[in-house]
Amino acid sequence: MFKKLLSILLAALMVFSFAVVFAGCGNEKSTEKGSDGLKVGFIYLHDENSTYDNNFLTAAKEACDKMGVQMVNKTNIDESDACKEAALDLVDQGCDIIFADSFGHEDFMIEAAKANPEVQFLHATGTKAHTEKLDNFHNAFASIYEGRYLAGIAAGMKINEMIESGKITKDKAKMGYVGAHPYAEVKSGYTSFYLGAKSVCPTVTMEVTFTGSWYDETLEKEAANKLISDGCVLISQHADSMGAPTACESAGVPNVSYNGSTVKACPNTFIVSSRINWAPYFEYAIKCVQDGKPIDTDWTGTVATGSVELTEVNEKAAAKGTQEAIDAAKADLESGKISVFDTANFTVKGETLKSYKADVDSDAEFKGDTEVIKDGIFEESKHRSAPYFDIDIDGISVIE
Amino acid sequence: MDKAKKHEPLFHIAKRDSLPMYKSWAIRCAAILVALIVAGIITMLLTGENPLNVYSTMVKGAFGTSRRIWSLLQSLSMLLCISLAVTPAFKMRFWNIGAEGQVLIGGLATAACMILLGDKVPNALLIVVMIAASISAAAIWALIPAFFKAKFNTNETLFTLMMNYVAIQLVSYFEMLWENPKGSSNIGIINQSTHAGWLPTIGNFDYLLNIIVVFALTIFMYIYLKYSKHGYELSVVGESENTARYIGLNVKKVIMRTMLLSGAVCGIAGLLLVGGTNHTITTTTAGGRGFTAIMVSWLAKFNPIIMILTAFLITFMQAGAGEISTVFGLNESFSDILTGIILFFIIGCEFFINYKLQFRSSHKEVK
Repeated sequence: MFKKLLSILLAALMVFSFAVVFAGCGNEKSTEKGSDGLKVGFIYLHDENSTYDNNFLTAAKEACDKMGVQMVNKTNIDESDACKEAALDLVDQGCDIIFADSFGHEDFMIEAAKANPEVQFLHATGTKAHTEKLDNFHNAFASIYEGRYLAGIAAGMKINEMIESGKITKDKAKMGYVGAHPYAEVKSGYTSFYLGAKSVCPTVTMEVTFTGSWYDETLEKEAANKLISDGCVLISQHADSMGAPTACESAGVPNVSYNGSTVKACPNTFIVSSRINWAPYFEYAIKCVQDGKPIDTDWTGTVATGSVELTEVNEKAAAKGTQEAIDAAKADLESGKISVFDTANFTVKGETLKSYKADVDSDAEFKGDTEVIKDGIFEESKHRSAPYFDIDIDGISVIE
Repeated sequence: MDKAKKHEPLFHIAKRDSLPMYKSWAIRCAAILVALIVAGIITMLLTGENPLNVYSTMVKGAFGTSRRIWSLLQSLSMLLCISLAVTPAFKMRFWNIGAEGQVLIGGLATAACMILLGDKVPNALLIVVMIAASISAAAIWALIPAFFKAKFNTNETLFTLMMNYVAIQLVSYFEMLWENPKGSSNIGIINQSTHAGWLPTIGNFDYLLNIIVVFALTIFMYIYLKYSKHGYELSVVGESENTARYIGLNVKKVIMRTMLLSGAVCGIAGLLLVGGTNHTITTTTAGGRGFTAIMVSWLAKFNPIIMILTAFLITFMQAGAGEISTVFGLNESFSDILTGIILFFIIGCEFFINYKLQFRSSHKEVK
């Protein structure tokens, strides 16, 4: 009897909660804001344990403190409907700008942007803003290939040092690279890294392996160990956990890192790291909203905007003169004396690349739609902010 | 003090006969209360935050705005749906821990229809195909371990568990096959411009359809388990296979039939997740619900109506926990700690409902 009563009671409760929801549907949005007026919401795929997300978290705090605006962080938001829910919840909380940091968030941000034309939606690494043509949805990236190139110089110097000291011979100069997905962003990154190393050590080759995940500590560790056992004498990575750097530290193999310094965990093997500093972009977007100006649909940060940075060189692991070589190359990049993707510096199947159509516009057909080589230079991040260099060049072998 | 007493332990554990309903619920309520107090103390010690603030933040996180209530009801109904799916199997003492994979396969079938038939057939037909495909795909996925259990008496726990990983790998394979853009291993929202194959929304309420479907399923499952012949048969098989055989039940048939049902309901969950809300598929589409559902089902003693309550408890804590990490800047792990504490007490109290501690003195009185 009691059981029956309870069941009826619970069913009634459920019906009642429906009623509450329906009644509550017309609720006003809460528009409470900080004393400074603006409120910025951030959506992260993981939390501070991921080097990738931590890089965004640091920049968000820096930018919001500097601009005196309120910050709301939502971490561990999946690339699913959860992202749209999080974005809409941030709208309800009165955010004027909402930012998402992961590639897979893009479609869900677009959905949220369509529903809330008065709120600005920003998305890092995405590709669709220039084809979606929404006034309030924007992509951003940085010319990180320049940073990777400079980090590659540090790697090349280290390998030169190994050759000079007789530790390895010239033909054994092989680097390893742990990539996440065989996606243009990753390919552009490791190719520029390789070209940087090659600019100081012409005989260097590179082996690349993919984990198939942006964040998987175990897989990244295993991949790094496999590359080391394949004879790679230096490792770099484009994946977001500490897997590869820590594997290098235990094996005593030098590591060129990404997203920020890993020197604390890897004091003996960390050489240098390139990273995108997102603070300049956040500050730019906040300023635009404060001044009532439109935000660029596709924003590309550069060394000049302070978006592409190299961490301090770890003297303990790096070759002598690394910092000087990086500084010199950086000056040359800025002055336009050298270009990372100069077609004179690499070959594809033994030939110099004359023309290439990249898949710049995201559409159902994955076909090249834009000519990106001009005057012998592959113009990366010019036709949209997210990288589109996806060519397999000679000297780099991919193991599946 | 005489010597005989000294050898007696301080207390010993004895099975209770059966507790009146109100008493067992009192124990459960007390457990939740104690759990909240312990969680509060730990919060204060670890973070210095006022535990009352933490609780009110949890409530706000779950009910703060009408959107949050909708979102809560949506998560609740998805978890409930998968819990309903595993329940008939568990009641039959068939340890189906493969719901995660069954949901994924259902979702994968849905996504396949949306991608491959998206522009080729009228939307109404597409949705009918999606429903049929998702339910049958997941049902067959669940039938495989049931078939081997029935024919060869294989261990269903391991079998269903392994099938999860097969399903996850299948989904990642198709993620690569249907990726957009190239190389990203990411499908993105399917038919974002045409909305082909998106389940219809009722009024302006995105999640209402899901909630209604699951509510109907709850009623169905309650009646199926309690009043139908099938429901009776599967509980007999669960109590004792030999008895079932003795009274002339075809045990193999019951096992396979029940798992077909279990898988079919998982397929519905996959359909609702992919066709109704996410409109994409990833390896995390099921999001661990296949395992959480087991707890929901057990805590409710396999009663679908009580499951509304247990599923609510868990989704409420998840929603609240997420808000804690946002508001107090605490790591998500902290909310996992709180959830862990609360579940520890809730599961632990079942022990005190089934057993009692007899202390030395009370023991004497009993004698």
